[in-house]
Parts: sequence; C-alpha cells; structure tokens
Amino acid sequence: MQLNANIPGGPLAQKWDRHRFELKLVNPANKRKFNIIVVGTGLAGGSAAASLAELGYNVKSFCIQDTPRRAHSIAAQGGINAAKNYQNEGDSIWRLFYDTVKGGDFRAREANVYRLAQISNEIIDQCVAQGVPFARDYGGLLANRSFGGAQVSRTFYARGQTGQQLLLGAYSALMRQVAQGRVTMFPRREMLDIVVIDGQARGIIVRNLITGETERHAADAVVMCTGGYGNVFFLSTNAMASNVTAAYRAHKKGALFANPCFTQIHPTCIPVHGTYQSKLTLMSESLRNDGRVWVPLKPGDDRRPGDIPEDERDYYLENKYPSFGNLVPRDVASRNSKEQCDKSKGVGETHLAVYLDFKDAIQRDGRDVIEKKYGNLFQMYEKITAENPYETPMMIYPAVHYTMGGLWVDYNLMSSVPGLFVLGEANFSDHGANRLGASALMQGLADGYFVIPYTIGGYLAGTPLKPVNTDHYEFKDADTAVNEMTRKLLDINGSRTVDDFHRELGMIMWDYCGMARNNDGLAKARGMIQKLREKFWRDVTIPGQGVDFNQSLERAGRVADFLEFAELMILDALERQESCGGHFNEGFQTDENEALRDDDNFCHVSAWEHRGAGEEPVMHKEPLVFENVKLTQRSYK
Amino acid sequence: MTKTINLTLKIWRQSGPGSKGRLETYIANTISTDMSFLEMLDVVNEQLTLDGKEPIAFDYDCREGICGQCGCVVNGRPHGPENGTTLCQLHMRHFSDGDTIFVEPFRARAFKIVKDLVIDRSPLDKIIQAGGYISASTGGCQDANAILIPQDTAEKAMDAAACIGCGACVAACPNASAMLFVSAKVSHLVLLPQGRPEAAQRVVSMLKTMDELCFGNCSNERECEAECPKEISIINIARMNREYIKAGIASTVQ
Repeated sequence: MQLNANIPGGPLAQKWDRHRFELKLVNPANKRKFNIIVVGTGLAGGSAAASLAELGYNVKSFCIQDTPRRAHSIAAQGGINAAKNYQNEGDSIWRLFYDTVKGGDFRAREANVYRLAQISNEIIDQCVAQGVPFARDYGGLLANRSFGGAQVSRTFYARGQTGQQLLLGAYSALMRQVAQGRVTMFPRREMLDIVVIDGQARGIIVRNLITGETERHAADAVVMCTGGYGNVFFLSTNAMASNVTAAYRAHKKGALFANPCFTQIHPTCIPVHGTYQSKLTLMSESLRNDGRVWVPLKPGDDRRPGDIPEDERDYYLENKYPSFGNLVPRDVASRNSKEQCDKSKGVGETHLAVYLDFKDAIQRDGRDVIEKKYGNLFQMYEKITAENPYETPMMIYPAVHYTMGGLWVDYNLMSSVPGLFVLGEANFSDHGANRLGASALMQGLADGYFVIPYTIGGYLAGTPLKPVNTDHYEFKDADTAVNEMTRKLLDINGSRTVDDFHRELGMIMWDYCGMARNNDGLAKARGMIQKLREKFWRDVTIPGQGVDFNQSLERAGRVADFLEFAELMILDALERQESCGGHFNEGFQTDENEALRDDDNFCHVSAWEHRGAGEEPVMHKEPLVFENVKLTQRSYK
Repeated sequence: MTKTINLTLKIWRQSGPGSKGRLETYIANTISTDMSFLEMLDVVNEQLTLDGKEPIAFDYDCREGICGQCGCVVNGRPHGPENGTTLCQLHMRHFSDGDTIFVEPFRARAFKIVKDLVIDRSPLDKIIQAGGYISASTGGCQDANAILIPQDTAEKAMDAAACIGCGACVAACPNASAMLFVSAKVSHLVLLPQGRPEAAQRVVSMLKTMDELCFGNCSNERECEAECPKEISIINIARMNREYIKAGIASTVQ
C-alpha cells in the first residue's frame, strides 16, 4: 500500500492557500444533491455538521448521547490557543507552529501543524461572533493565559469551562441548521460499522440505543468525529461513553490506524482513591500558571503539608527546568511526578500523588484573584476530595487524558478509505507524540469549521459516485454482522461483568503501556491481553436483551473492541524502538531521563493495516520530512 | 481512613415509556463514603448483573458535572440534597449509615420516560432550535477584539451560559416550566452585543416553542434556582420577561 499524504507543494506558509485554490469546488446549487453523514457531535463533529449544512449539503448528524450538546469536548476546562499576539509578547503563527511541532516531539507533519496555526485566529473570531463568552480584561478586550510548553500567553478561555462554551457555540450553530431542515439529528445512536461499496465509504450501520434495533444510513461521504480511545485504560479523564468502536470498526474495514501507542497522560488529575472508582477527574493545566508543584525532600515524609517547612520541600519542576518551571509540557510533568513517587516521595494515603500548592499565589495576588481565575476548579476539587484547596495544597497525580494516535488521514483529512474523513481527536494528524494544552479545542474546531468544508468539496467534485441505497448487499452484510455480534455477546452467559473485564484490561495497559514502557513489559502485556480477550468471549455475562435499551450490551461491544485494539497499541509501542513525547520506552532515555528519539530510524508515522482476525497487522511508514524546523532534543530547562 | 455505610434504596423501575412503573427496594451495603452517587449505583448494578437480574438504567457520561446527562430525583430533590451539585458529583459522605434513599426520574409532562431513570429531554433541543443561537455562519467574521465587551457584562453572560441543559429546573418546578432554561439562553445572548440584533425574535420564538412543547408557566416558586446544579439565578427570568415585553412593544416581531 502506498501512503500519500497529499501535502501541497510550495513554501510552508503558502501551502494551504494554494491548496484551497487548487481544490475543485462544488457549485452551490449542486451541494444540495450530496448527502453527508457526520458521526459525533463534539467540537469537530458539531462544527463540521453545522458548517457543511450552511454550505448547502444535506447532513445527517449522529451522536451517542441524548443530545448533541453533551459530547466530551464539553469537559475541556483550560482554553484554546490562537496566534493572535494580543498580549504583544512576540507571538506569531510561526511560533505557535513551532511550539506545537516541538511539543509533539517532532512526530507530526509540518504542513498540517502550520495550517492549524494559521486557522487558529479565525476560530477565535468565529466563536466570538457566535457569542462565546470568553474572559475579558476591564477595557473589554479578550484576556489570555499561559499553558504548558509555551512562553507566551496565547490561550483564550471562559473560566474553567472553555470546552463547554465552545461546544455550546458549535451546538447552537448546529441547532440553527436543524431548524432550517439542512441537518437531521440522530441522537442516542452508536456507529457500529462503516459500509464500503466499490472501495468508497458510502454509509454506516448504527444501533438505536433506545430500541436496540440497527439502522442503515447511506451517503456520498462519511465524516467520523468520534473522539479518542483513552478509555482503553478503563480509568481516564474521558467520559464514560468515549470509546474506540467506531474508529476500530472503520480500521477493520480498511482505514489505517496511525501511532496508536501515542497516548497522553495528563499531569494534574485528582488521584485514584478506591477500586470502585469509575473515572478520573482532571484539574486544568491552567492551574500550573499559579500553583507550584512540590513533594517533601525526604522520602517517606508523612507530615501534613503545612508542617513541612519551606527548606524541606522539593519544588522539583522549578529546580529541574528553570526556564519553563511548572509550565513544562504534559508528558514531562507527568513523568517527573511518577519519578518522585517512585523515589517514595509521593504524598497522601496512597503515596501516589504530589502537591499543587497555591499558597504563594494567594499571598501574592489575594484570594479574590485566584478565586476569579479558578473558582469552579477549586470547588470541583473540594466536592470530590472534601478538602479545601485555598487552605491545603491540592493533591494531584497523572491520568490518561488524550490520545494523539488515531485513524491515519492525509492533508485533506481523508483516511485510507476514499470518502471516509476523520476529524478531531479521532485522527492522528496534528499533535505528534504529545499534545500541548489548549490545542485539542483548536484542532477540533479547525478541522470542523475551516478544513473539512473545503476538502470534502474537492473529493465530491472530483470523484465519480454511483447512486447507492441501503438495500445494497454491503449494507445487508454489515447489518447482519453487527446483529450477529450482538447475539454472540448475549449468548455467552458467563460469570463476570463487562466492567470487571474492562478494569482488568485497564490495569494491564496502565502497568505496561502507560507513562513508562519497556520491551519485556510490552511483550508480557501482549500475552495477557490475548488471554483476557479469550476469557471475555467465554465468560462475560450481559443481562437483558438486544432489542431494548441495554447499557450493559453497549459497554460489552466497546470492551470487545478495546480488547483487540489494546494489542495494536502494544504492537505499535514495541515497534517504535525509541522514546518520543508520550511514548517513553525506558530503554531509550538521555542521561537526564528525558525521552531519547531516534530520528534516523523512527522519524515516521506508523500506520497499521488490519489483515483479518488472527492475522498480524502490517505496518506502513509515512516518512516525516522536516524542511522548516530543525530536529533538536527537546529542552525546557 | 475511608468510612462505609449501609443503605436501603427505593428505586423507580419502568421497562418503557408505555408501561407502568413501580418503586423497588434494594440493599446497598458497605458503600464507601468517598464514592459518588453514580458509583454507588454502579456497585448495585454489578451485583444485580451477577445475580442474573437486569441492572437499573440511568443516564451519565462525563461524571464531572459538566455534560448534563445525569440526573435523578433523590429524596424528592433533583440531583439530591447538596446545592450546586450534579448527581455525579454528589458524594456518599452526605448520607448516613442506615438511610433509606428514594431515587426517581425527573418528572415532567414534556419529558417522557425511556426506561427506569432515563428520560427523553429532546424538547430542550427543540427550544434551542427555535432561536437559541446567533446567526453567524462559519467564515467572514471580523477580528475578535473588534467587539468590546465590558468585563462585568461578559461575566454576567457567562453566568447564564453555564447552564448544562440537565432539566433539573423543569423537574423542580411545580408547573414543570422550562423558564430558567430558556431565560439562561436568552440572557446569555442578549447581554452580548452580538446577540442584540435577533433579541426580539429569539425571545418570542423560544417562549412560544416552550409553550407548545407542554412545559408549564412560571409562577415564581423559585424551586428551579434552588435546584440548579450550576446555580443559575432567576434574575435571568426577570431579564427574559423584560425582553419579552420589549419585543411586544418596540419591535415588529409577532
């Protein structure tokens, strides 16, 4: 298979303009003749469905929740980056591009990232026009704050609810199109397969989660915006329904899966506290603007934080990285927390936590100022832990948060299956091996508002598409296969619950494919996953029926896919014999314990091809060419 | 150290929209007080599953209080006894050993029961479709800093925009009115200069749709404000009423 990223020629700064000019256009009157399916209504899916409908296409929009306003983008707290340079700090498109490429440890495509930085400014304009209530200074101008991996303040925010406000903006645009009859909404639907006819994506099979019945939907193109796969770890900051199923089933139908081992472990989450726990809660990275991270200098020091004097504390990020301090990128901050806990300096009951202390900030700026910036986050922390962070330092620990890997796409965001486009976290395109804070919102909206509206036109105008309907045998076969799998799951009648299996899988992944990995551990984990998968298909129990509202059955299908997908993550991690960003193989580190890349052998995207059940997947390489930035060892000192 | 408590649960079970529901009794023992309410229900469901019984259907997603998908009436109060808290953020430390807890779905004429504690809140989407937006199609917008918005105004708009669309206000209201929900969206948009051009049309159209969808009217009971997990103020209802009157007097909107 030949992977062509279709990156336009010419100088970096002109590629996107040139490409937009060269893309074929669909005449406005002809747009209404095309049907487009958009799966998912997060920032990418919501903005894509609304923007495509505004252009005149017929859009069907699907989501797993009861309404499109709830997708997990809503939980993003801290903010969205843009290269506006409103703070006069010397920011620019080039700097945002460079920070993002460097933050991703030089494993992303230059052209994609540059386009992202270019579009970032338009996104802010668009969101303000929609009425997103971004934070403002006294004079009425937009306010900014800093995020990890950057030395400028370029993050726009709406308290600690930026994702919510941006999503509600996209949702309102989507609702406007529903009212105009340009979008038909299908809530409480789960995509369980794509339908490929004559090599082109022409539809999907979904399960109606209320009735339990499957439905077939045909279209001229399918746009998947189905999020990331962080829940393979069971415990993560993702919403409970976030899953890999849509992406993985598309993968089984021919879409290549890129860099599945690139997962982001976010440094500031509320630590795990019990076996019954269903999810982890993030505390926004923006807290690191004012909070200072520390552990006791002495291992095993069990005194209350207030009883530990200043000279017996180790502000390890500030000491180790004087220029970025507490604002080092996420992968670096997470690994350092783990390192401190491995040295028995962890705090709290479990000793798997470090302090994030606001005492100095409160003394400096006053409680009012801190409350205004982070009030809702402090409140959330107190609700969960019953401790007051204005008085006692927060306890935090890393948790799985985001997945940089995803379905492989070219510059047009089209997967290796023609007509199947993948946007947002579900694709692999822009963040390399580590995503910087406040860049996920930027990418989701860039893809949905400003990339797909043009590139899908290029595809539709330039591709012969035969008429198809849902009676086609490919639809029938896919539908039958989905129902067959449901029946098989319900027939097992074993002795363990779905969550029980999911939790066990999560432990394996966290222990062997988490913040630090090594070849022996990965090989061992692969065997464990295979065994667990075999046990699952023999011993899971799912109550209730297929044609009913059945949440255990929904989860069972997702866990079945996670059990296969986890092995692909392991394979990918084993194949990449270097460390980069979130992928830290203990065998490859610098003298200072930083990730040690091998640019001679691994400066590529690993795109995996599914070869059928029981067959080894095949890896295809897309070489990454850097013409504009120099590959360096990342340093935040 | 973690404390545990034993509870008796009376939970509403109903197999579908058309069928008759009833309260069933469940025993939940050794529940850690650090658990969230939904995690407590998870524990009950795991046991029901192992006993070969059908687990209790309930909605949830983010479990961090922002998506608005969860919500039940706990001991007569939407989202339970704590103020400013969604059900997923309600922790069991607020209950005592030996408590009996009643759990029912949000009830309102406009919300159909799907199953057990799961309801259909799509009427809230229909209200937004009636005008809960600013007509700004993608592209061609002026620079974001060209619109100056005083900090205080932006903060007020944000207070209203914090609504998560969970429907607790409707469940709390004796008239099952959605006035707090509608007024939060109307206020968010009308406070901002970008939202002014469509203000009159928006308020009239959204309220008309609310009435058509069988939500009740407001009779100043203030239950909505008391139960809102995002503590949205009924000042927004007053603001919406002003906008509604203005639309009737000073605009051509019918």
